[in-house]
Amino acid sequence: MEQKMINLTIDNIPVTVPEGTTVLEAARSAGIKIPSLCYLKGINEIGACRMCVVEVKGARSLMASCVYPVSEGMVVYTNTPRVRHSRQLTLELILSNHRMDCLTCSRNEHCELRQLAADLGIDAVRYAGDDLKPQIEASALHLVRDNSKCVLCRRCVAVCRKRQEVGVIGPNDRGFRTHIGSAFDRDLAEVDCVSCGQCIVACPTGALQEQSSIPEVLEALADPDKHVVVGPAPSVRVTLGECFGMPVGTNVEGKMVTALKRLGFDKVFDVDTGADFTIMEEGTEFLQRLQNGGTLPMITSCSPGWVRFCEQHYPDMIPNLSTCKSPQQMFGALVKSYYAEKAGIDPKDIYVVSIMPCTAKKYEVKREEQRMANGCMPVDAALTTRELARLITQAGMMFEHLPEGEFDPMLGVSTGASVIFGATGGVMEAALRTVAAKLCGDEDAPLEFHEVRGIEGIKEATYELPGRTVRVCVTSGLANAKIVLDGVKSGEMQYDFIEFMACPGGCVNGGGQPLHSAITRSFNDLRGMRAAALYKQDEGMSHRRSHENPVLKEIYATYLGEPGGHLAHELLHCTYVPQKRYRT
Amino acid sequence: MPNCKTAVPYQGTPEQEERLRQVIEAHKGQPGATMPVLQAAQEIFGYLPEEVQIMVAEGLDIPLSEVYGVASFYSFFSLNPKGKYQISVCLGTACYVKGAAGVLDAVEKKLNIAPGGITPDGAFSLDACRCIGACGLAPVMTINDDVYGRLTPDQVGPILDKYLAQG
Repeated sequence: MEQKMINLTIDNIPVTVPEGTTVLEAARSAGIKIPSLCYLKGINEIGACRMCVVEVKGARSLMASCVYPVSEGMVVYTNTPRVRHSRQLTLELILSNHRMDCLTCSRNEHCELRQLAADLGIDAVRYAGDDLKPQIEASALHLVRDNSKCVLCRRCVAVCRKRQEVGVIGPNDRGFRTHIGSAFDRDLAEVDCVSCGQCIVACPTGALQEQSSIPEVLEALADPDKHVVVGPAPSVRVTLGECFGMPVGTNVEGKMVTALKRLGFDKVFDVDTGADFTIMEEGTEFLQRLQNGGTLPMITSCSPGWVRFCEQHYPDMIPNLSTCKSPQQMFGALVKSYYAEKAGIDPKDIYVVSIMPCTAKKYEVKREEQRMANGCMPVDAALTTRELARLITQAGMMFEHLPEGEFDPMLGVSTGASVIFGATGGVMEAALRTVAAKLCGDEDAPLEFHEVRGIEGIKEATYELPGRTVRVCVTSGLANAKIVLDGVKSGEMQYDFIEFMACPGGCVNGGGQPLHSAITRSFNDLRGMRAAALYKQDEGMSHRRSHENPVLKEIYATYLGEPGGHLAHELLHCTYVPQKRYRT
Repeated sequence: MPNCKTAVPYQGTPEQEERLRQVIEAHKGQPGATMPVLQAAQEIFGYLPEEVQIMVAEGLDIPLSEVYGVASFYSFFSLNPKGKYQISVCLGTACYVKGAAGVLDAVEKKLNIAPGGITPDGAFSLDACRCIGACGLAPVMTINDDVYGRLTPDQVGPILDKYLAQG
């Protein structure tokens, strides 16, 4: 059916848009930017903040354009004295209840509230609010909340409830006492938060940020007795540049490596190498389950946010989880075993830092079951992409002018398979490349599996492998994970292998990735653009299957033995346990 | 904080829980089920402790944070049970101008609870109410059916001691 088109004028400009479009969206198509604060397309459309009000001819009051649908013949004005006055007044009132320590706020240049004040020409706040003190809640390993900077836009709440269906935060109390918190105002560490950090990237102000690991990393770098090793996750190389004003989807791997070396890390390795090991182990585990009647569907365990969600909400599905550690943890475990032995360094003197697109990784590195037989934790500190950018800026490096560097080879050689881990579907495709090659031989096996690519929340595909049809599913965003798991449990959905990523779109859209305003996020496909850069890098790699990685071959041949073998199991696998949702 | 978890241990009976389960079953899947279910829960248990809110959240398959958000928004919902001695300090206009805030403050300090709260032993619960129609006696406080008028903050201690002595 053809979509009905609606004609209207906005600021005297004729506009034709499909029925159901909001005035705010229609205005964008006419090149008019209506200011907004609580609006996050598809996630938070509640018309609460009143920043986007417009005058509609014939309507008595001003209308919130983010939720006001267009109608035939509508006459809209977005920039009248009445509109400007209302927006300024509202913003001044919001600012009067906001702790404005902008110069020392971590959000500083990324703050949407600050940008709004500039855009609307606010030069003074006429209303004196309470003298706000910081209200720091820092119980969780990954996040710090300061409600004195919260504007109650509810974007965090909407993401947590709708995208993730975790729903651990909400507005508590009423009136002036309204604040965002968990049920019974419990600490975030006490509720079933999965640490995905999607609330942080949704937040317009400095009310939410990651728990910074920068101080301990700087301390380790300054300690002459510590051998400090770093490795960035697959997706970080295609997002880090955004922190320095580069276009979304720019691959800055070489510059990133140079920056890490100049920061003083003793070895700059690549978590991509860890990802190749994950594929070898996970691929082997899948083939064993397939051939020996093991628990199916097997579900990936790379995403710690997803793993925690499973432990809390679907403990009965834990046997389906792959026992593989995540690439980050495999990487750390190999640094503190294989590398330590080769380099002749006591693992206890090695400090491993990972650069992650993710806030849940900060939680994962502290999980007890990750501890190695030698007593070490595989990774000592996980920095987000944003934290790395801060370190680079603070060190005075002009990132865009840095020369291209190369990873230290011992654990710094990767394949196209590991590069695409950063996008939803990447782990599945990487695993299928190796599994198919094992079953059909390298020559005959397909190399690309386009059915599992793309940013859709749930993707399905069926592949005919020798002797067996393999049904796979790729899902990102925990709300989608819930749909798939309920389908699997009821028998409506049948798969052999499922990839789950907690964040919608996978790691390229992780909670630790560079910040963009809600308007940028609403009207640009950040996930697709970032993922495209990963697939492009994959195409240019000399090795595109994990088992072709020469470093991996060497380590299995000389150190680990067989994939899934005894030592591989000790170093690269772990078990997961049910966790309580409520702590009464 | 009055809205945080109550200090009094949960004492719901299996019969009460069964009644709540029936209410949840009757409302399950309906849009806007939270309010009527919470109203019924408060009728059954007299208040909305965490244990009851978890039953509602799991029963309706909605986040506990959403249930708590509703329960803490509406003043009709109470997160604490009523005490053996229910104290009400009137903050109506007449009482307020006659110094009711000082009286309330004295009760809060003496019992270490805020309005809406209850002492851990369940003896005293405290509410701030609006006009009870005894403006001539302002400021007024009631404890169960006893009325105390023309109060000053320093009288609060001895009055409460009387009830403490009764146990």
